[in-house]
Amino acid sequence: MAGLLTGKQIVVMGVANPRSIAWGCTQAMHDQGATVILTYQNDRIKKSLARFVPEDYPLVECDVAADSNIEAAFKGIGDQYGKIDGVLHAIAYADRDTLQNGLVHTTKDGFDLAQNISAYSFIAVARYAQPILNDPAGLVTMTYFGSERAIPNYNMMGVAKASLESSMRYLAAELGPQHIRVNAISAGAVKTLAVTGIKHHSELLKMSQDRTVDDVSVTTAEIGNVAAFLMSDLATGMTGDVVYVDKGVHLI
Amino acid sequence: MSEQEIFDKIQSLIADRFEIDPAKITNDTNFKQDLSADSLDLVEFVLTLEDTFGGEISDEDAENLNTVGDVVKYIAAHQD
Repeated sequence: MAGLLTGKQIVVMGVANPRSIAWGCTQAMHDQGATVILTYQNDRIKKSLARFVPEDYPLVECDVAADSNIEAAFKGIGDQYGKIDGVLHAIAYADRDTLQNGLVHTTKDGFDLAQNISAYSFIAVARYAQPILNDPAGLVTMTYFGSERAIPNYNMMGVAKASLESSMRYLAAELGPQHIRVNAISAGAVKTLAVTGIKHHSELLKMSQDRTVDDVSVTTAEIGNVAAFLMSDLATGMTGDVVYVDKGVHLI
Repeated sequence: MSEQEIFDKIQSLIADRFEIDPAKITNDTNFKQDLSADSLDLVEFVLTLEDTFGGEISDEDAENLNTVGDVVKYIAAHQD
C-alpha cells in the first residue's frame, strides 16, 4: 500500500532519544513512505542517535545556534540528497535558571537564548530550506499550550512558544505563494528530555493527563501521525494553523 | 520492593543503557567515573528510573546520586 508520503523526503530536526517527539514523527513519516533525513546538534547527540536510529537514515549535523550552521546543513542536504518536501522543526531550549526562576527574573541573555533557539531558529530554517524545497512543501514546528495560557512553571518557554507560533503564521503568509505550507502542532505534554527542564514536570504531566478526554496522555506516535498528515498532499489546504494533538487537554 | 530487588532492576537498566556487563555493576559503581556518564546520560537515566519506579526525582536529588548504591537507597526510601 502506498503511504501518504511515498516518494517524499522530509528533514526532521530535534531527535535526541527514542522518547523525542521528533522520533515519533520520524517513525510515523517513515511508515507513510517518506525518506527521513535527521539533523543532530553535535557529536554527543550523534552518539545517542547511533543507539536506536537504523543505519540507513541520513544524518546531518546542524546546531541551530548559528545561522551559518543552518545554511550549511540545508545546502549540504540539497547537494547530497536533492530537493526535499518538508522540514519538521522540534527544537527548543532555555537555560535551567531562566526556566526555573520564574518569568519575572528572566535575564536579557536568558530571554535571548530561549527566543533564539526555540523561535528564531524556525525562521532561519524556513529561509535556508527554501531553496531546496519542492512545490508543494510543508514546514511543521512543535509548540505547546503554554504559549496561550500561563501554565505553572512553563515560564519563559511559553513566551518563546508564543513567538514561535506567531512566526509560523507570518511565514505561512509569506511563503504561501511558493506553495510552502507552514503549520504548528500543539502537542500534549509528553515525558521527553525537554520536559525535564520544567520544574515539577511530573505535576505538569499529571495535570495534563487528568485533563485529557479519556485520562490517557497523547503518545509521540499519535503526534507523529498528525505530522505525517500535515507533510502530505492531503493537507495542501492547511497553512498558518496551530493543530492541537493533545487528547483534548486544551478544551478544559 | 527490597533493596536487592531494586538493585537487580537498576543493574539491568544500567547494563542496557551503558552497554556494560551486569556482573561488573556493584553498589560502588560511580556513574561519572566508572560509566563515563555525562549530564545527558544522567538526565536520560533519571527519566528511565522515573518510568520504572514511578514518581519524580528532582534535579536537586538527582545531583546527589553519584553511585548505584545512592540510587538504590534513594528508590528504597521513596517507594509509594
